[in-house]
Amino acid sequence: MIRYILGRLLSLVISLIVASVVIFVVIEIAPGDPASFMLGINAQPETVAALRTELGLDVSKVERYFAWTTGMLTGDFGTSYTYRSPVSELIMDRVVVSLPLAIYALILSTVIAFPAGIYAASRRGGVGDMSVMGATQLGVAIPNFWFAMIMVLIFAINLRWFSAGGFPGWDKGFFGGIKALTLPAISLALPQAAILARVMRSSLLDMLGEDFIRTARAKGLSQRQALWKHAVRNALIPVLTIIGLQFSFLLAGGIIIEQVFFLPGLGRLIFQAISARDLIVVESVVMLLVFVVIVVNFAVDIAYAAVDPRLRTQA
Amino acid sequence: MTLLSLHDLSIAINGKPILHNVSFDIAAGEIVAVTGESGSGKSMTALGIMGLLPRGAMATGRIDLDGVDVLRTDEAALCKMRGNDVGMIFQEPMTALNPVQTIGDQVAETILVHGAADKREAMTRAAAMLDRVGLPNDRFPLSRYPHELSGGQRQRVVIAMAIALRPKLLIADEPTTALDVTTQATILDLLRDLVDEFGMGLLMITHDLAVVANMADRIVVMQHGQLVEQGATDDLLRNMQHPYTKALFAASAHKVSLPENTQSAPFLSVQNVTRDYRTPRKTLFGQPGAFRAVNNVSFSLNKGDRLGLVGESGCGKSTLTRAILGLEPVQSGRITLNDAPVFTGKKPNADVRRKMQVVFQDPYGSFNPRHRVDRLITEPFHLLDTPPTGAARTNAIAKALTDVGLTPDDATKYIHEFSGGQRQRIAIARALITDPELIVFDEAVSALDVSVRAQVLDLMAKLCRERPLSYLFISHDLSVVRTITDRVLVMKSGEIVEQGPTEDVFQNPQHPYTQTLLAAAPILPDG
Repeated sequence: MIRYILGRLLSLVISLIVASVVIFVVIEIAPGDPASFMLGINAQPETVAALRTELGLDVSKVERYFAWTTGMLTGDFGTSYTYRSPVSELIMDRVVVSLPLAIYALILSTVIAFPAGIYAASRRGGVGDMSVMGATQLGVAIPNFWFAMIMVLIFAINLRWFSAGGFPGWDKGFFGGIKALTLPAISLALPQAAILARVMRSSLLDMLGEDFIRTARAKGLSQRQALWKHAVRNALIPVLTIIGLQFSFLLAGGIIIEQVFFLPGLGRLIFQAISARDLIVVESVVMLLVFVVIVVNFAVDIAYAAVDPRLRTQA
Repeated sequence: MTLLSLHDLSIAINGKPILHNVSFDIAAGEIVAVTGESGSGKSMTALGIMGLLPRGAMATGRIDLDGVDVLRTDEAALCKMRGNDVGMIFQEPMTALNPVQTIGDQVAETILVHGAADKREAMTRAAAMLDRVGLPNDRFPLSRYPHELSGGQRQRVVIAMAIALRPKLLIADEPTTALDVTTQATILDLLRDLVDEFGMGLLMITHDLAVVANMADRIVVMQHGQLVEQGATDDLLRNMQHPYTKALFAASAHKVSLPENTQSAPFLSVQNVTRDYRTPRKTLFGQPGAFRAVNNVSFSLNKGDRLGLVGESGCGKSTLTRAILGLEPVQSGRITLNDAPVFTGKKPNADVRRKMQVVFQDPYGSFNPRHRVDRLITEPFHLLDTPPTGAARTNAIAKALTDVGLTPDDATKYIHEFSGGQRQRIAIARALITDPELIVFDEAVSALDVSVRAQVLDLMAKLCRERPLSYLFISHDLSVVRTITDRVLVMKSGEIVEQGPTEDVFQNPQHPYTQTLLAAAPILPDG
């Protein structure tokens, strides 16, 4: 088990190094001079020169790469050209919104999908199965921003249970924050839950056809007991893969939902940074997202091993 | 005392009849074998007794298990009965266990689910039961997972699960079919001992008539869902009544006559071949280990030779075959066909490759279902520099199909339109179409029913008479190797431990391993 974790950890570090090189090369080196790109074609040469100095572009590219990566390791992501404030602060402000939102949405999606998938699988071909599958079909088909607007209409405007948007900040209290994130989290979670429920169902049905389920039935377990005690854990492997992918998406992919609910999240930050050609911010946020994706994949790998003993004995 | 009694049991699945009026009894302490070919309804009978028939199944008649009418008992009561009064073991030990649970938990579950003991007591009893089936605790702790055990050991775990509550009846559905012959012998011994010790009834389902003859007190023969004959083993073997029973036993002991091999030119030469596989690293930055699958193997095959290769799973048969076919490089040694190496540099030698063809075990998995037969059997043409086209191609297809007992019209059909035996004929046609000098039969008849197997063996003998055919016949089935080869190699742990003329090796084995192998193989008593 230790060897398995060390192996995954090594692959995590290598992935991060490779990713940082790729991002650096693509953003800083490939399309010519970052300073003139950021300032646009009409910029004065003096302004460009000043920005070059400010960005530290006058040293060699290798030195810049190491300055950038070591800076990030110590929490120094540079200074945003458009916001004129440290990128780390910009990111921190957004992460405290985006990360809880992603986790909230993921929990909701799992809490909805697991029972729905298990229920559908245990009622295969029956009315319950068909209803759940019909609902997931809708969940996948309905655009989440449209669903978000409908929820705003019902719960914020008509019922006035939630505010229609904005984020009060965690310093105004934990529940205020959670309340502000609830509608966005549901909007984000529903399509994900629909996908996850379908994966859970089909994975479970595969498992229910396995020989060891028949063995369990021959021991005297009922169909329901065999499902819970033997099929569910075996069915988790593909489900964990999807959960890992979904979390990465939820963290930055919620940009439309952030727009609908006026949330100051990472998706909005990167969108604005790209529009303003603020390469420093783009570079750092992309690196941060890559970091999260890789760490989540690492966590998924560890979860695989926790579920499946066969992986623990392999390198 | 009658333990299980079937009266006119008929089963239909979605309206399609599977079993017709089957009746037989099993007494406590008795071993009854149900035998027959695939589709005879053997397994469905077993599932019916367990009350585990698939969806859409309709059963009529009566199944009396120790006074309980299984067909008229509700599901909750059936759950109490399964595992408690009747246990079942299955064919495929590799998949019969839950891969993510320890063997201790899985055996204890039988006890726990019936509320026969608390968790600690159940684990103690599980340990005792595993010990009883030959998995002592010091070497096989309860915390082991199935993937850490071999096939035979897993089958022991399945048996321990089935007998944990000492059921009155044990149903074994092809319990040794997936196991090696020496493992099979030990598992059969174990089952016989358990029957004696617990006074259980044992319903054994198997297609292997030699196993049936050696194990059973009584035999039930089934065909197409009907019981055609039953009786005490000795009586039935001495005095078979039904033509199907006779045909079945005759096919099982089927012998072919191979023509004399008049050629003797050396042909395939395997010299000091060693094949290693890499194994995972032990430490993060350590060197990967190596597993020697084939160790310093040498043999030669003359033109017209029918050479057998026998050995148990993991002995290196398949690795050696892949090396001979030039599919993988070898670490040392030399394999040549007519003095040309099968593997040069990093790729197979195409000149040699076109002189060899192979027939695989699984007639269902070795064809692309979307291609027609003509395309399937002309696949080897890509090995030729100038593959035949037009009329020459059509003629080649027609000839290959006719040679294997099919008709030229079959060329336009898809593979799903053929039975398993016909598919294996198509596989042979595919191998023959380029007129190869050597054919490798890799367990080519192992998946076939005995009557079909006999036909395919006859076909092979016929082909040998018609053309100068040399082949390497790889099989774990000793009785088949004995009749279809003139020389045999016995392989164990990557080495060839014995070789010689087939009949000599079978009658007078020299190496202890060959002796063990032959002793373990159940033999059908003569007529």
